[in-house]
Amino acid sequence: MKTDVMDAAVALKGRSLWKDAWTRLLRNRAALASMIILGLIAALALFAPLVSAYAYDEINYEIVSCAPNWWPISAPCLAGGTHWFGTDAVGRDLFVRVLYGARVSLAVGFVATLVSLVIGVAYGATAGYLGGRVDALMMRLVDILYSLPFIFFVIILMVLFDRNFFLLFVAIGAVVWLTMARIVRGQTLSIKQKEFVEAARAGGVSSFGIITRHIMPNVVGPVVVYVTLTVPDVILIESFLSFLGLGIQEPLTSWGVLIADGANTMESAPWLLIFPALFMAVTLFCFNFIGDGLRDALDPRDR
Amino acid sequence: MTALLEIRNLNVYFATPDSDVHAVKDVSLTIGESECLGVVGESGSGKSQLFLGAMGLLASNGRASGSVLYRGQEILGAPAASLNRLRGAKITMIFQDPLTSLTPHMTVGAQIMEALNSHRALPRDEARARVREMLEYVRIPDAARRMTQYPHELSGGMRQRVMIAMATITGPDLLIADEPTTALDVTVQAQILEILRALKSDKKTAIALISHDMGVIAGNADQVQVMRSGRIVEQGPVDNIFYAPQQDYTKMLLAAMPRAADPGPDTSPRQELLLDVRDLKVSFPVSQGIFAKAKELRAVDGVSFTLRAGETLGVVGESGCGKSTLARAVLQLLPADKGKVLWLGRDLTEESREDIRRQRRGFQIVFQDPLASLDPRMPVGVSIAEPLKALEPGLSRADIAARVRAMMQKVGLEPEWINRYPHELSGGQNQRVGIARAMIIAPRMVVCDEAVSALDVSIQAQIVDLLKGLQAETGLAMIFISHDLAVVRRLSHRVMVLYLGRVVEMANSDALYRDPRHPYTRALLAAAPTPDPRHERTRPRALLTGDLPSPLDRRAQLSFLKSKRIDDAEADQYRPLLIEEAPGHFVAEHDPVI
Repeated sequence: MKTDVMDAAVALKGRSLWKDAWTRLLRNRAALASMIILGLIAALALFAPLVSAYAYDEINYEIVSCAPNWWPISAPCLAGGTHWFGTDAVGRDLFVRVLYGARVSLAVGFVATLVSLVIGVAYGATAGYLGGRVDALMMRLVDILYSLPFIFFVIILMVLFDRNFFLLFVAIGAVVWLTMARIVRGQTLSIKQKEFVEAARAGGVSSFGIITRHIMPNVVGPVVVYVTLTVPDVILIESFLSFLGLGIQEPLTSWGVLIADGANTMESAPWLLIFPALFMAVTLFCFNFIGDGLRDALDPRDR
Repeated sequence: MTALLEIRNLNVYFATPDSDVHAVKDVSLTIGESECLGVVGESGSGKSQLFLGAMGLLASNGRASGSVLYRGQEILGAPAASLNRLRGAKITMIFQDPLTSLTPHMTVGAQIMEALNSHRALPRDEARARVREMLEYVRIPDAARRMTQYPHELSGGMRQRVMIAMATITGPDLLIADEPTTALDVTVQAQILEILRALKSDKKTAIALISHDMGVIAGNADQVQVMRSGRIVEQGPVDNIFYAPQQDYTKMLLAAMPRAADPGPDTSPRQELLLDVRDLKVSFPVSQGIFAKAKELRAVDGVSFTLRAGETLGVVGESGCGKSTLARAVLQLLPADKGKVLWLGRDLTEESREDIRRQRRGFQIVFQDPLASLDPRMPVGVSIAEPLKALEPGLSRADIAARVRAMMQKVGLEPEWINRYPHELSGGQNQRVGIARAMIIAPRMVVCDEAVSALDVSIQAQIVDLLKGLQAETGLAMIFISHDLAVVRRLSHRVMVLYLGRVVEMANSDALYRDPRHPYTRALLAAAPTPDPRHERTRPRALLTGDLPSPLDRRAQLSFLKSKRIDDAEADQYRPLLIEEAPGHFVAEHDPVI
């Protein structure tokens, strides 16, 4: 009874899709837990130097490839201090390196995805809404970019502009937005045909209003899902580039680099693989859950 | 004598996450040999689930209990193998949408053959001959060629005929026809009903005819069951149900049926001229492959009319006649090729997009499909407010909210529903939202494009009353578009009949219904089913045979002026002229009606 009254009071205030979606997202436990875990990882990464007593590039040849203090199988060889995740082949603390790696991986994941999201959605929605010749031209450009070999493209960029961190974002973002643009364009084309868009036009809503109020919210579902697939993708691409020597360079590191190194010493020092891989896996899971949650939250039909 | 099919105390439940839905409640009925049972009910009354349940074809979360006897033998819960032997051979079904019931990648001949072969092995040639015979029986012209075509190459009426051929080729005892004509035009509907009637009399097939339309039932059924929310509320011989209904619900359904004989509104008010459309032409390029030159499809081919304040113009025609295109061109939602649209004396076709956008506060539109015309991700309150925000900038949030609420009340919606999403409302309620959205800026003209066609008959009547009320209150002018002459009747002062993009007849509605002059108008009037069984049984219905000709065919407009077509080499260019046969009664040239 009491809730009824509350509901009525809330209802009369008027809701928007975004507010609704937010409450629905918070109600989704998997998504909520994922957001909390992701937030924790991000916070840890940001405050990494405060958490650990070691620097990420502090080499100590006395404790090379040592297991963590608590490692059950091999006896710890650590003399002084605690290394929660053990040390790597040159005696650097793995815990702090994983957190520094998180900085790079998450940053690349977020920034590159954001770049692809902004360019891809704007480009795709414009092409789809305008249609006709403009659409054909814009999409042929996408096709041409698609056909460029990615690695070749990155190498050229690196040669032309020297290697730097920022360029990595640009290179990855420039590639990932192509698929996003295609997805958004396809969705826009189909939504543009819908009667409610015509109804909005008949109601005097301007083109800008139609794109922002009707088309964008309706392409959000597939876009969100694709974004959550893109973030892991980008993290993997980064590790691949780093592996080829085109990405992050020592002593800086990323999850991709750590995992690649760890894979080499898997038999002698498994912790070097396990911990970075665990962080990466948890992060990817979180993104997937959040993506699913967002998609459901943004669809009012699915309640 | 045992009945052909006897259903005893059938219950159908659907398991949903919330709770079980009891879709069919304790229904019993019998169908005798070569008898036609009509089952009437509104959408959601469980009439389809009743038969799907009886045939063991429920969706996976459905469950049926009770007893279903086919010639005294229990078939409910029978093993799939024995059921399959029965279904498709002895009891067959046809559905509303023939396109989704046919496999797109097989020719129709092959599909019918498959249905035949799975129940009776015949030599190939013999089977082929049988299929052709059957297609001819359902009056498909040029059956041999049609057999080699794919479903998408056929029109809707043709596909439904194919479905009937497929369902009856095995010589079933019972054909279950679930809304077989709902998706079809009236003239085509009349032809399909004619075929069903022939099946019953020639082939002694019993038919279960499920429909929401009392008119469809009236002409064909012997017995009638009226269903409401899963229960049978009334049953009996067709004459009893139609002439002496006992239950209020049945009476209400009958009363809601639009009839061409209904009285229309009073004569046209002589008021200010709002809209003057002159020789409007709209065409679309239709590509004929990559290299061929695109052909021109003339959707609207020279239509002129006027509309005064407070007046309703009914626009009637079958699908493909250009009525929706006309509406969109008038409202500047589609560009016109030629002609003028004078709104309050200003030619809209020459104004800039921004000017037109500002003019939109004068004219609004209500669409056919209420769900499709509302943004699924927008609460209905926001949808209603949208024209207000776009065309009257500067209103405060509180003003907008107050006007939205007042408007919702006016169209019979609870103001508390502003936060509901379209999928949370019923079809009729959504259509009220559509009307509220069109009315909120107090336009002077509203175009209703098939605004009631997707709704149940009883809801239709309510919406028509609502529109009439709004018109009386605000002096609104309306263009009311429908494929059904009877629906238009109650609202329209004047009626315009379209055929392939041209006006064939336009008159005051009294004159048009009392004295239709053009053969096409007559055919439309004759094809519309009426809820009057005695009348339905005797009168000729299908005055037109076959489907509407393709609008790509330039000569098609001369369908009613065949003499011209034969004699004149320049017939391609000729358009039948509109002649004023009586004051205000315009009729297109046509050959004399025999």
